[in-house]
Amino acid sequence: MNKIIEIVQDLDTNKVYQELSHPNSGGICVFVGSVREFTNNEQVMALEFETYESMALKEMDKLADKAFEQWKLNKVVIKHAVGKKEVQDAVVIVGASSAHRSECFEACRFLIDTLKETVPIWKKELFKNKSVWVSAHP
Amino acid sequence: MDLLFFGIAKDIVGTSQLDMDFGEDAPNSVAELKQALKKRYPEFSKLTSLAIAVNSEYASDDVQLKSNDEVAIIPPVSGG
Repeated sequence: MNKIIEIVQDLDTNKVYQELSHPNSGGICVFVGSVREFTNNEQVMALEFETYESMALKEMDKLADKAFEQWKLNKVVIKHAVGKKEVQDAVVIVGASSAHRSECFEACRFLIDTLKETVPIWKKELFKNKSVWVSAHP
Repeated sequence: MDLLFFGIAKDIVGTSQLDMDFGEDAPNSVAELKQALKKRYPEFSKLTSLAIAVNSEYASDDVQLKSNDEVAIIPPVSGG
């Protein structure tokens, strides 16, 4: 299988090299999104992610297919975590491998940028005294 | 009409799944459903965007709703 699409409780960032490694790939590019401690100078205790899983997997699969159409890639990985995540935890991994570096760099950026726009996953920022659904309000 | 709610939509309605009775306002299309929701829960009008998924695919306003469709309310997504 050339694409790996998963929604999991905890992301294992150690596996992604093996998953993207391919005899025809001279370049592997990976983006990992993680929990940042501060948002607009406010301390974040944790993030909580929830998803509409059946639809999210479909949308992630479409993203992988679009990346394969647009660039000559050998492998694509898209994984997202759900549940409560602490500061420095990995929450999303996208990656691609290709013969040369430019394709996997471009594909990687497309994958994360488009994932943020289309995949039905929601993130709540938990602060000390309140919680906020990110992007819900203008 | 059986509806699924996620993220802030779940907070607005107070549950993740609801068989909502719209009475005479029963919506036939995605556009009508959005209108009916905003009428009943004005908080929906304050969101950055509001999308509807029918059978786990984004559905445009003109899509007609059937009784056995899986219909989900999709507030602004924020993965990553």
